[in-house]
Amino acid sequence: MIPINPPFDLLPALLPGVGITLQLTIFSSLLAFMLAFIVGFGRLSKYKSIQVVSTIYVEFFRGTSLLVQLFWAYFVLPHFGLELTAMQAGVIVLGLNYGAYASEVVRSSILAVPKSQTEAGIALNMTSTQIMYRVILPQAFLTMLPPFGNLLIELLKGTALVSLITLSDLMFMGAQLRITTLRTTEVFCLVLIIYFIIAYPLILGVRGLESKFSKGRA
Amino acid sequence: MWDWEYAFSIMPQLLKALQITISATILGFLLACILGLLLAFARRSNFKPLSLVTGGFVEFVRSTPLLAQLYFIFYVLPQCGIMLSPLSAGVIGLGLHYSTYLSEVYRAGIDAVPRGQWEASTALNFSRTRTWLSVILPQAIPPIIPVMGNYFIGMFKDTPLLSAITLVEVLQAAKIIGSHTFRYIEPITIVGLMFLVLSYVSSVGIRRLEARLNRW
Amino acid sequence: MEAIQLNQYEDISPVIDKPIISYQKVSKSFGDLKVLREIDLDIAPGEIVAVIGSSGSGKTTLARMLMTLEQPTSGVIMVDGEPLWHKSVNGKLVPADEKHIRRVRSKIGMVFQQFNLFPHMTILRNVTEAPIHVLGISRAEAEERAVAMLNKVGLGNKLDVYPAQLSGGQQQRVAIARALVMRPKVMLCDEVTSALDPELVGEVLEVLKEIAAEGETTMLLITHEMAFAGDVADRIIFIDKGRIVEQGPPNVILSNPRNPRTREFLSRFRQQWASKS
Ligand SMILES: Nc1ncnc2c1ncn2[C@@H]1O[C@H](COP(=O)(O)OP(=O)(O)OP(=O)(O)O)[C@@H](O)[C@H]1O
Ligand SMILES: [Mg+2]
Repeated sequence: MIPINPPFDLLPALLPGVGITLQLTIFSSLLAFMLAFIVGFGRLSKYKSIQVVSTIYVEFFRGTSLLVQLFWAYFVLPHFGLELTAMQAGVIVLGLNYGAYASEVVRSSILAVPKSQTEAGIALNMTSTQIMYRVILPQAFLTMLPPFGNLLIELLKGTALVSLITLSDLMFMGAQLRITTLRTTEVFCLVLIIYFIIAYPLILGVRGLESKFSKGRA
Repeated sequence: MWDWEYAFSIMPQLLKALQITISATILGFLLACILGLLLAFARRSNFKPLSLVTGGFVEFVRSTPLLAQLYFIFYVLPQCGIMLSPLSAGVIGLGLHYSTYLSEVYRAGIDAVPRGQWEASTALNFSRTRTWLSVILPQAIPPIIPVMGNYFIGMFKDTPLLSAITLVEVLQAAKIIGSHTFRYIEPITIVGLMFLVLSYVSSVGIRRLEARLNRW
Repeated sequence: MEAIQLNQYEDISPVIDKPIISYQKVSKSFGDLKVLREIDLDIAPGEIVAVIGSSGSGKTTLARMLMTLEQPTSGVIMVDGEPLWHKSVNGKLVPADEKHIRRVRSKIGMVFQQFNLFPHMTILRNVTEAPIHVLGISRAEAEERAVAMLNKVGLGNKLDVYPAQLSGGQQQRVAIARALVMRPKVMLCDEVTSALDPELVGEVLEVLKEIAAEGETTMLLITHEMAFAGDVADRIIFIDKGRIVEQGPPNVILSNPRNPRTREFLSRFRQQWASKS
């Protein structure tokens, strides 16, 4: 039952899917990263309206399910005259969804920098912008890295959902290949292993960062 | 654009499917709680191979997509003679996937119990089981309940994936309705709102629970 | 007669012609809690003023308002002839904007009890960051100034290490250098030795004494180190419950205080000190 010989012959059929998965991961994580900072700052803004809009965005995307959002973008938006390709829908929805989670990381990391650091900046007569960019953010950014890494792994896993809106990523190709070859066990084992291989460097990276920081604190 | 009459007419079907979603979440979470604890124990085991294999398993499951795991459980296990209904395959998939997260949460909770508690238990000559049941777990679990609650909500939002293994949960129901009527706006939007409301209600519940736990 | 009598026991402010700092009827409340009540205080250029008083009397708040870390509830603080928190428009004082506050604030520097160094910067960068980006001087010049200042506080050999690698006393000396390199006219020091192990207190006080002796910088020192206050200060101010109760030259305040509260504070203080050592 368990394949003795690795089913390498199945690989060529899966590889184009790996390409799509990687593309999707890269583009949507870039979008998420940008949104994380825009919205993270938005939630700390002194303007009430910006705070409210950012909070609604975060609560909305964290409160509804990723797959529901994908379906909505892919099946409902066309009724409003907005036709997105599966790739566009995938990048935008993944970016918006994980951007909401990542903005919480940005916000909490900024808030975690002690207030006394701001006061030291004031005592040196820095502007509030200088205090943010020279004092607060560099410290907050380090604390953001491990949770960002974890979110990136989650995002990579989340990309598999686009197969359900017909985008031919790794998961989609796997499901197709199962139907055409009927080598169910081999196909799904291979798919899982490929996902793991893509995720593994990220895991190692996060672990490295975490141990570095826990050492630094001790 | 939005047809209220149509929206109301599909509500009964959607609410019925929502029950499946909720049952899958609750069953999956119970399984995850139990499996997670077992994994946490296995990870702590003094028997090195067991703890290593567990570590590798947790790592692997955590870093591969739930959807791929669901396919695996639903399509591969029957080949080994294990036939599963979509619901049971889904519950197992959710439970297994989230147990790996919960095992880490348990681990953090257990590690946070001071060493002195173990030493006191030894001094009182408690058995290992007694120590775990009366001393360690009662202290380890309350502080992690809010985190577990967040995973509960996370799992709830992952249940639409079960549609991929042919379970007619709420999103699949919406899609079926949509494909019959060629109107997707109402069913999918309603499902989105259901998720929004239910996860909001749950998170308020968790916050209440947290406040309660913090009191003592 | 009665009034003059009382006045002697209360606050006898010296008359200062052109004060660098002038608190005028400054009050501060946190919610219902009145922390400072109508403080009037003038400080002459180059003067070293030590502020003493029991915990919670409002000493830190007094300094933080001058550093613009806390806004006065009422009253005016003048720095070098200009209001700090206000702007004069058509002869009326209105709340100042950020630009005005920053300009006036540039004359003030502060050293904190907890050092508050920037943990992500080396010692050298901690000291050059503000000169480069706030004063706008070149990196080379800023580094030259910074190294000179770090040498002065005895840390010229620690330029490339990070704050976490230094002892508390060393960190506080860096913090002093960081404040001084901005060449403030007024330096505020809030219990700068309270967070230090006893054996490290001396090295920091030495540095402060040296700066005080140069006579270029006006200093407002909040301290519990009475011997140090007596040593360096031109004037000691005793604050109690948000009011300046007594002030005068160190020899008078420390050895012959007139106000019963000052006496009580000092004797309590000496007892504690005696029981500690
Ligand atoms: N941000 C704040 N909010 C509310 N109350 C405050 C705040 N800062 C200070 N206080 C209160 O104001 C009073 C005076 O505080 P302050 O720090 O000025 O005292 P202090 O004389 O410096 O005392 P210590 O010797 O302990 O440093 C205290 O009762 C303190 O609790
Ligand atoms: Mg104080």
